[in-house]
Amino acid sequence: MPLDPGYVGHTFPPTAPYRVGREKIREFADAIGAPEAVYRDPAAAAAMGFPDVIAPPTFPIMVAHPTMQQLIDDPHLGLDFSRVVHGEQRFTYTRPIHAGDVLVCVCTIDDISERAGLSFLTSSTAIATEDGEPVVVGTAKLVVRGEEG
Amino acid sequence: MSATVVAGTALPAQTYTITRADLIRYAGASGDFNPIHWSQRVATGVGLPGVIAHGMLTMALASRALVTWAGGDPSAVTDYSVRFARPIAVPDDDEGIVLSVGGLVRSVGEDGTAQVDITAICAGEKVLAQAKAVVRAAALSAG
Repeated sequence: MPLDPGYVGHTFPPTAPYRVGREKIREFADAIGAPEAVYRDPAAAAAMGFPDVIAPPTFPIMVAHPTMQQLIDDPHLGLDFSRVVHGEQRFTYTRPIHAGDVLVCVCTIDDISERAGLSFLTSSTAIATEDGEPVVVGTAKLVVRGEEG
Repeated sequence: MSATVVAGTALPAQTYTITRADLIRYAGASGDFNPIHWSQRVATGVGLPGVIAHGMLTMALASRALVTWAGGDPSAVTDYSVRFARPIAVPDDDEGIVLSVGGLVRSVGEDGTAQVDITAICAGEKVLAQAKAVVRAAALSAG
């Protein structure tokens, strides 16, 4: 089933708040082998002017994860996750995520196109605090292989 | 102290080794349990050369290079984008595979930000395309 182009401009409801924890940041930093103390030591983070330990640059992908589920669960969009490949990813940062943030994601579908038997879906996810302070925007381009692909 | 970077400044290449164990660890930390990142059977069954690294792990490793070039300050990176050009097949051995990440300052703007072009090479192939970042120029060091 092709993607429904009528979804361009569609915005999904805000995701449930995600509370960023120090240990999750540490676990993520360990998993990518990032050695910086600013990811682990609140004093080191404070010395650099941050209110608590901050998260590595690609940590927002985890916070945005529920928005992927919104795309998959939508009954009319037509996204077959078993055929999806992550094509492109961008993050535009207002500030680093830090421990203690309570973050909400709002995902909008920016573009849907078809080319050479492939479907492309570009979505942007605005990640902000519960109080509405913008933190980072993640933009993803998904490639959906055709039925016979 | 580091010299100021200008257009054309090469940033020192960083290398990262990826093993199967790293994929398991990243799956657990990130919550991405797609079996193409840990099951040879599933990966080859969908036509992949073998178990492949998470694209977001590759993007994370390249971001480590950015943070290194920025003197350890992740907040110096204000924009970061990649296209996943080719999957990284990770062998089932103790050595793993090496990702080499290079950077080149394309321009430095009036606003004090540098546009950095990133190359990510694994086994002689570009695994990221159009990878680039905007980084506070004053934070950057040519090493």
